[in-house]
Order: sequence, then structure tokens, then C-alpha cells
Amino acid sequence: MNLREALRIALRGLRANRLRSVLTMLGIIIGVSSVILLVAIGNGVQSSVNEKIQPLANLITIVPSVGNVPGGAAPKDLIDADVAALQDLGLSHHITAVIPATTGKALTETDAFRFRATVVGSTDRWLEVNNQDMAAGSFFDEAQFRSTARVVVLGPSVASYLFGTDPVAALSHTVRINRQTFRVIGVLQSVGEPGDSVAVMPLNTARRYIFGGGDKVNQIIVQATEAAAVPTAEDEVIRTLSERHRIKDSANRDFEVQSLRSRLDTFNQILRILTLFTAAVAAISLFVGAIGVLNIMLVSVTERTREIGIRKAIGATRRAILEQFLIESLVLAGLGGLVGILVGIGLSVLGAAVAPAFGPTFATFAPVVTIPSVVISFGISLAIGLIAGGYPANRAARLRPIEALRFQ
Amino acid sequence: MIQLEDVTKVYRMGKVEVRALYGVDLTIDDGELVAIMGPSGSGKTTLMNILGCLDIPTSGRYLLDGTDVSRLSDNRLAKIRSRKIGFVFQSFNLVPRTSAVRNVELPLVYAGVRARRNAARLALEQVGLGDRQKHMPNELSGGQQQRVAIARALINDPALLLADEPTGNLDTASSGEILTLLGGLNDAGRTVVIITHEEEVALLAKRVVRMRDGRIVSDQVQRNRMEVTA
Ligand SMILES: Nc1ncnc2c1ncn2[C@@H]1O[C@H](COP(=O)(O)OP(=O)(O)OP(=O)(O)O)[C@@H](O)[C@H]1O
Ligand SMILES: [Mg+2]
Repeated sequence: MNLREALRIALRGLRANRLRSVLTMLGIIIGVSSVILLVAIGNGVQSSVNEKIQPLANLITIVPSVGNVPGGAAPKDLIDADVAALQDLGLSHHITAVIPATTGKALTETDAFRFRATVVGSTDRWLEVNNQDMAAGSFFDEAQFRSTARVVVLGPSVASYLFGTDPVAALSHTVRINRQTFRVIGVLQSVGEPGDSVAVMPLNTARRYIFGGGDKVNQIIVQATEAAAVPTAEDEVIRTLSERHRIKDSANRDFEVQSLRSRLDTFNQILRILTLFTAAVAAISLFVGAIGVLNIMLVSVTERTREIGIRKAIGATRRAILEQFLIESLVLAGLGGLVGILVGIGLSVLGAAVAPAFGPTFATFAPVVTIPSVVISFGISLAIGLIAGGYPANRAARLRPIEALRFQ
Repeated sequence: MIQLEDVTKVYRMGKVEVRALYGVDLTIDDGELVAIMGPSGSGKTTLMNILGCLDIPTSGRYLLDGTDVSRLSDNRLAKIRSRKIGFVFQSFNLVPRTSAVRNVELPLVYAGVRARRNAARLALEQVGLGDRQKHMPNELSGGQQQRVAIARALINDPALLLADEPTGNLDTASSGEILTLLGGLNDAGRTVVIITHEEEVALLAKRVVRMRDGRIVSDQVQRNRMEVTA
């Protein structure tokens, strides 16, 4: 007897018990599709978060430390000279930009409306370094930066609060910030709060008209060439500033260096664990499905003991019986696995399609089905078929024909 | 040719031993029609299982066409059943949820024959069921099921046909048809062994072997053999 015959006999056996076959497959289908879907969702979250954070992952932010070191020297502010020193580092291969920023809350008003915005004074490279885009108008340029022009770029929340939802409506109007008048030259695209409630202007403009003079900065943003260069760039920044502030012991540092990279790494690590965990939960349902197949195959063998006896009496060898039952369970598990894969992929696609309906946070979210999860879960279903079918099939094949025939 | 030499069969059920056959010697020549009779529990079915290579003797020898098959492996026995032996059971034993024609085909499937459908149809026609090919066993009468079983037993063209109370579950009319079929097969040259309780059935056999308590108590060739008519 060849394999094709064995396959035919097995298929006929499955068709004869259609409902039972389908119910058995259901266990595998649910298991496989949930493994695929959950892994896909995990991957989707990871990649959508990475997509948002990756452009900022190469940024290093330096801020003054709050509070004194007891018994130490008075902490020094970050000043323009620090910025200049870091900009000189720009000759190194690891840093592409160094920009200062001063920030503070200030009342922003038109004749009709008022809004408490975060005023940011920085350079013309602020937009590019923060990886932001304009919704309307343009950012201030180098000439405006140098000439301390009285211009401002509004965050979308500020603009819509003061001038209505159309960003273009704000252009060329003036706003009063701290009772000083500024011309609105652009509106930023939304990045989510609190970033949407800003009013950005040239550094010296902000100093002169809002925060008062001096050469203090609240923040220095250093852009590394790439996320991987962040640790080296951080070291360079720390060395330079420590030298300038005459700090010998890192515990006495009067500034803090922060970057997203380490946080991103931590986040990805947590997410990977979560994905593994959910996949493990799904694997449990796959395991339950496996027990279902085993159960059905055991019942099937018992129920068909007499049939096995008949088949043996008319010439079926052990191998023929083994093949019949093994193929039955392999087909059940394999077909269940295939359908499960299709359902899992289908649900993932569906998830990607409906995700935007849950708001802008999910706009870029899409479950990502990975080849390994498909291959592995199909492999597992075949293994289930082999193991869950192998044991009962072997039992069936070893039955003595007369005992099987006597079975009632 | 069938030769049993001092064949015994002991069933072990836990600690209890049940002796079903005590030293049976029996020779059946090719082309014979033998009826085996005896009271219930006398070992007829046990004997037939051994003759049909469904079981092996506990001791003694069984020579089938000159080869000792009493110590063969499961697989070898399956091959012999497939090639040389056809079975007809009291309870028909068709494979359930499988059409008549597929049931008849099965021995060919296990024998590895590819062209089967026509042979199966012919065999069904031979037993008068040409118009019931697609019927499932539960859609056939007892007599029809037994005829399907006979067609299935015949399909491999076995030299030895074993029938264990083939008419035990049938009414008189159907019994007659079945016996006619079996008689005809013997006329065509096959060795046929029929186990039966009924004297009328035994009457058509040329030779009657009587058993009691696992022994053969008489073995007679009948002179006044009845010709069966349907
Ligand atoms: N598998 C078995 N296990 C234990 N004892 C068995 C087994 N098969 C048969 N026997 C015993 O062997 C003896 C002979 O049984 P067998 O089936 O050969 O009788 P039989 O002549 O066919 O009877 P019947 O006419 O009722 O079919 C009986 O006592 C029976 O109980
Ligand atoms: Mg019996």
C-alpha cells in the first residue's frame, strides 16, 4: 500500500466524522492563530514605538542639576560658553549638532484669547534637531536668529486656541507674549502634548523680551550622528563640561545628561519579555489543542477497534494501520495549523485596518506577522499531530486481529 | 494444502488458563469443502482463527502449502492473509461508513493492487449486488451485507475461504443464497471451510469435522451429499 492510499483512507475516516474532525481542529486553530496574532501585536507595538522614538534616540539632553551638592562648590549654570565648547566638539565624528534652549511658561494672548504656552528660545536648527515639521509657514532662519527678530513659531495647540483650527489662519498675525508683540511666522505639526503647547523663538529674542538677559541656558541638546554613537558622544560631552566646570568627582556634577537610547533599550527589553510571555500564554492554548487531538485520536482508536480488526483480517499490515491513524492526526493538526495561520494573519491585517479608529496614538500601529512565528507554530502543529497521533496509532497498529475483532 | 499437527491453543486470562484446543490434527486438501461442527465453546472459532492466520497456535505446527506459519511475525501473517485467505464472518464485519464497492476493494488496497474498481464491481456482480455498489453497510440487508463480505473475501482470489457461521444471522432464504454462493466457489476449485451449528448447512459439505471440548471427535466424508438449490 502506498502513501496515497493511506492518505485517501485517512481522509475518508476524517470525512466520516466531520463534526468531530472540525472540533478537534478548532483547538489547534485557536492556538496557532493566537500565537501568531499575539506575537504580531508585540512586534507591532515595538516597531511603532521605535518608529516614533528612533529619530529622537540620537539626542542627548543636558540640563543643570537641581540642588546643591552638600559641602561642595556652588553649582554652575549652563551658559552660552558651555554651548560653544560643545559646538567645538562638533569637529568629532560623533556629534552633528549642539543647540541651546531656554524655556519657561508665559502667557500668550491675542485680543480675544489667552493661552499659557511654554516659550522656547533656541536656534534655527531646533526644528531639524527635534525632528519636527511645519504645518504652515516656516521656521525662523539663521538671519532671524542672529538679528533677534521678534518672530514666533507656535505649537498647534497654541495656534488653534488663539486663531482657530486652520494653522494657516495664524500666519502673519501677531501675538502678545509677556506683553511684547511677536509676529507668527509658522505653526508646527502636532507631535502630541506637551510638545504642542510651545511657542518657539530665537534664543536672544526670548532672552531680551521674555526671560530677561544673561547667558544662561536651561538645556543643551546634542545630536549624535546615530543612536549607536550616543554613548561615545555622551562621554565627550561629560568630559568637556566637567573640565569647564572643574569637576573631578562624578558625584559632584552640576549637570545631568539624559538620552532616550537607554530608555528605548529598556523599553524594547520589557516589550520582548511581554511578547514572549503572551506567546507563552498562547502556547498554552496550543497545548490544550494538542491534548484535544490526543483525546480524539484515542477515542477514535477505541471506537474503531473492530474496524481495525476487520482491516487486519483482510490483509492490513501494522504499518498500514499506523499510517492510517498517523495521517489522520497529521491532517487534522496540519490543516488546523494552516487555517490557524490564515486566521492569525487575517486578524493581524484586520487589526492594522481598525487600529486607526482608536485614535491618533494607534495611527501607525500595525501588527507585524513574522515568518518565524508562522513557521514555528506550523511546525508545532505538525509535531502535535505526530505525537498526539503517534501514540494511539501505534496502539491501534499493535492490536491483535482476533482481539480487535472480538471487541464490542 | 492445510496440515495441522498436534495444535493446541491456550488463552491466558491473568492467572487462569483456558484451553481452547487440545492436540488437533487435521489435513485439508486443496479444493475440499469442509464443514466444522460442534457445540458452543468447542473451539471452532479458535481453530478457524488459526487456519486463517489471525492467530498462532500455542504449540504444534501449522503448515500452509508446505510452509510452517505457526511462528511467523505479525507482518508475515498479514501478508499471508492478504494473499491466500478470504474471511466471511457471522457478523458480516464490513467496514462501517464505507460503501459496498470500497469495502470490496479494501483487500486489493492492502495488497498494493492499483487497478481495483473494475475488479470490485465484477465481484459485486458475481454475488448479485451489481446495483448496490454505492450503498453503505447500514443501507443493506443482512443477506446483502454477507454477500458483500463474500465478494470482499473473493476479490484477492484466495485459495482458502473461511466462513465462521456465515448464515448464523440470516433468515432461511438468505442463508440458502449464501450457501449456494459458497458452494459455487468450491466448485470453482477453492478450498472452503464452513463453521456451522446447523445440520442442513453441514449437509452440503463433502466432509464434516465434529469438535467437542477442543478436540476433533469425528471426521467423516459424506456419501449422500445434498445439492443446494437457491
Ligand atoms: N480470547 C479468548 N480469551 C479467553 N478465552 C477464549 C478466547 N477465545 C475463546 N476462548 C475460549 O475458548 C473456548 C473455545 O472458544 P471458541 O470461540 O473457539 O468456541 P466456538 O466453538 O467458536 O463457540 P461458538 O459456537 O459459541 O462460537 C471457549 O471456552 C472460550 O471461552
Ligand atoms: Mg465461534
